[in-house]
Amino acid sequence: METNRYLLSILVDDEPGVLSRIAGLFSGRGFNIDSLSVATTADPHVSRITMVTNCDAQVIEQIKKQLHKLINVITVTDLTEKKYVERQLALIKVHAKPEKRAEILRIVDIFRCKIVDVGHSHYIIEMSGNSEKHAAFVSLLKPMGIVEIAATGSIALARENGK
Amino acid sequence: MKLTGAQILIKMIKFEGVDTIFGYPGGATIDIHDELARHPDLRHILVRHEQGAVHAADAYSRAHDSVGVALVTSGPGATNTVTGIASAHTDSIPMVVFTGQVPTALIGNDAFQEVDIVGITRPCTKHNYLVKDPNKLAATIREAFHIARSGRPGPVLVDLPKDIIQAEIEFEMPEETALRSYKPNYNPNKKQLAKAVAMLKEAKRPVIFAGGGVILSRASDALTRIAKMADIPVTGSLMGLGAFPGSHPLWLGMLGMHGTFRANMSIGNSDLIIAAGVRFDDRVTGNVKKFAPHAQIVQIDIDPTSIHKNIPVHCPIVGDCKAALEGILDLMEKEDPETLKIDRAPWLDQIDQWKQTTPLKYEQGPKIIKPQYVVEKLYEITKGEAIITTEVGQNQMWAAQFYHFDKPNHFITSGGLGVMGFGLPAAIGAKAACPDKLVVDVAGDGSIQMNIQELMTAIESRLDVKIVILNNRYLGMVRQWQEFFYDKAYASTNMENAPDFVLLAQAYGAKGFRCDDPAKVEETLKLGLETPGTVIMDFRVEREESVYPMVPAGGAITEMLLV
Ligand SMILES: Cc1ncc(C[n+]2csc(CCOP(=O)(O)OP(=O)(O)O)c2C)c(N)n1
Ligand SMILES: [Mg+2]
Repeated sequence: METNRYLLSILVDDEPGVLSRIAGLFSGRGFNIDSLSVATTADPHVSRITMVTNCDAQVIEQIKKQLHKLINVITVTDLTEKKYVERQLALIKVHAKPEKRAEILRIVDIFRCKIVDVGHSHYIIEMSGNSEKHAAFVSLLKPMGIVEIAATGSIALARENGK
Repeated sequence: MKLTGAQILIKMIKFEGVDTIFGYPGGATIDIHDELARHPDLRHILVRHEQGAVHAADAYSRAHDSVGVALVTSGPGATNTVTGIASAHTDSIPMVVFTGQVPTALIGNDAFQEVDIVGITRPCTKHNYLVKDPNKLAATIREAFHIARSGRPGPVLVDLPKDIIQAEIEFEMPEETALRSYKPNYNPNKKQLAKAVAMLKEAKRPVIFAGGGVILSRASDALTRIAKMADIPVTGSLMGLGAFPGSHPLWLGMLGMHGTFRANMSIGNSDLIIAAGVRFDDRVTGNVKKFAPHAQIVQIDIDPTSIHKNIPVHCPIVGDCKAALEGILDLMEKEDPETLKIDRAPWLDQIDQWKQTTPLKYEQGPKIIKPQYVVEKLYEITKGEAIITTEVGQNQMWAAQFYHFDKPNHFITSGGLGVMGFGLPAAIGAKAACPDKLVVDVAGDGSIQMNIQELMTAIESRLDVKIVILNNRYLGMVRQWQEFFYDKAYASTNMENAPDFVLLAQAYGAKGFRCDDPAKVEETLKLGLETPGTVIMDFRVEREESVYPMVPAGGAITEMLLV
C-alpha cells in the first residue's frame, strides 16, 4: 500500500512515563516514528508531542486510535488534514576554509539562517524551517564539509481556522 | 482521621465493593497483610504462587461480574504476576493488581527485590501507576478501579512503595474520578443503529457473531432477543460462549480454527455479519483475505481500535454492546417482524443441512476413553449448569465444543493469551465468587502441572473445585500440529513421565480417582462430583485423538480438516 508522511500533534498529561507509553506503543505494534518532539504548553499540566510518521492510510487510522486509547492522551490531531505551520530547528557545524567562507555566507543569507558561532576553522549555523528547507540547505552545505548536525524533530501548529 | 497507607488501601478496596482478594506476602507488603488480618470482612485468599493469585482474580471478576483484586510483594512477587496480567489484558477482564515496591528513596538504586514493574507491565495493562505521594494514594486507587471497569475493561496495576504503605496521613474520601483524557464513549450513534437495521432488512443470510464484549457489557439478553425476533443464527468466539444459549436451535457453535462446520460455513456464506464485542482475532478469521467474502459487516465495539483493525467493516458502531444492541432491538420492535426475516427459511435449511451432514463427531468404542465423551458426560451430569474453567490445548477446545453454555460467565478460559496453568487457579477464583456453584476445571495433563501448587490453596481455603484431567500423556495440541504438519515427529511433547495424579491429589489432602474404562466414565464423574472437597479425576484418554474440525493456519475458515 501507498505510504504517506503524517504529522500528528498530540496533547498529553504532563506525567512521568507518558513518553515511554507512546514510544512503547509504537515499538510494540511495529509502527515507526520518524521524529518526535516534546515540550510543555501554556498549561503546565499538558505537554504537546509533535510526531512525524510514514505509513499507509489504514495504519495511520490505527495509530491515531491507539494513541487516543492511552489514558494520558488528551487529544490527537492529524495536522496533515489541515493547514499548518511546521518548523525544525537545526545547528549545523561546517568546515569554514577561507576560500569557502564567502559561499557559505551567501547560502546562509539566501536561506535566512544565522551564523551563531565562528571559530578558526568552523562555523555553526542555526537554521529553522520545514523539512524540505532543511534537506535543501543541508545538501547545499555538504560540499563545504559538514562536521556535525544537531536537529530537532518537527514542531507544528494548525493555522487559524486550520481546516 | 489519620490512617496508614495500608489502612487506606484496604478501605478503598472495600469501598469499591470487593469482598475477596487473592495474594501472597513479602517484605514490601508485610504491613498490608498485618492490617488485613484485622479485617475479616475482606477475605484474603493465600495462594501458593502469585500467578495463581492473578488468574484467580481474573476468574473471580468474571464469575462475580465485578473487579478482581490481587496483592503481591515487590520484585519476584511482581514479576510472577505478568502472565496473569497479560492474559486479563487480552481478554479485557477488569482487575486491579497491587504490587509492593521498595521505599521511594531506594527506587532506581537496584535495591533488594526492586523491579520496575510499572515499566515491565506498561504494554500489558490498561494503565498503571507508581504511587509516590501518600496523599494521592486513595485517589489513585479510585482511579485504578474506575479505569479497570469502565470502557473496554482491563487490568490496572498500582505499585506501592513501602514508605507509602507505612505513611500516616489525614484521610479524606476522594471525589469520583473524572479524567479529561479518558472518557469512554458508551452511546452508539443512532444513525449507525438505523443503518444496521436497514442492512438486516436487506439480508437473506445474516449471522450474529458474539464475543466476550457481549458478556462484559451484560448484553446477552438483548442479543438473544434480537436473534430470536429475526431468526438470526448466532455463532461466538471462544470468549463469547454463553452470550447466547448453547442449547437453542439458532446456536451454531463456536467459530474459527476449531469452530463447528456449520458455524464456519455460515460465516463463509453469509451476506450480513452482526459482530458484537469481538476483535476478529486470527483464530476466528483464518486467512483474512478469504474471510466472509460475501458479507457486509456491522461491528459493535466500545474500543474503536478493534474496528477496521483486521477486517474492513461496512457499518462501524462505537459504543457499549448492550446500549447498541438494545438500540437495535428498539428499532426492530418498530418494524413489522416479517420484514426482518424475509426469505429466512432457505438459509436456516441450509444451515440445518450442514449440521446434519457434518456435526461435531467422535466414536466412543468399548476400550479406550475418548476425551470428547468425558466432556459430553460431564455436560449431561451437571445439566450444563457448572462453571467450567479450562486449561489450554485440546482440553480447552473440547470443553468449548462439547459443553454447551446457556448463560454468560459460566465458561472461564484464557482466550486471547492461551495460558497453560490458568484453569486451576481460575476455578478457585470462580468458586470464591460463587460458593454455591459447582466449579469444574477441564484440564490437560500438561497444563495442570503448571499451577498444581494451587491445590493447596483450594484445600486450605475450602474452595472445593473438581478437576477433570483429559490425560493423553501428551502436550496434545502441539502433538496434533506435529501429526498434521511435521510428519508425526513428536518432539518434546511426550508427557508419559508424569506424576500419579491420584497420589498427588492425596498428597495435598484432596481426593483422587482414576478411570481408564469407557464404561466407568459416568460413574467416575458422578463419584468425583459428589465427593465433598477438592477432587482430581484422572481420565486416561485416547492418546492421539485430535480436535476437529481444524482450519490450518493461513487457510480460509471454510477450508476445514474434518474427521
Ligand atoms: C504457558 C504456556 N506454555 C506453552 C504453551 C503452548 N501450548 C499450547 S497447548 C499446549 C499443550 C497442552 O498440553 P495439555 O495441557 O496436556 O493439553 P492437551 O492439549 O493435551 O489437552 C502447549 C504446550 C501455552 N499455551 N502456554
Ligand atoms: Mg495432554
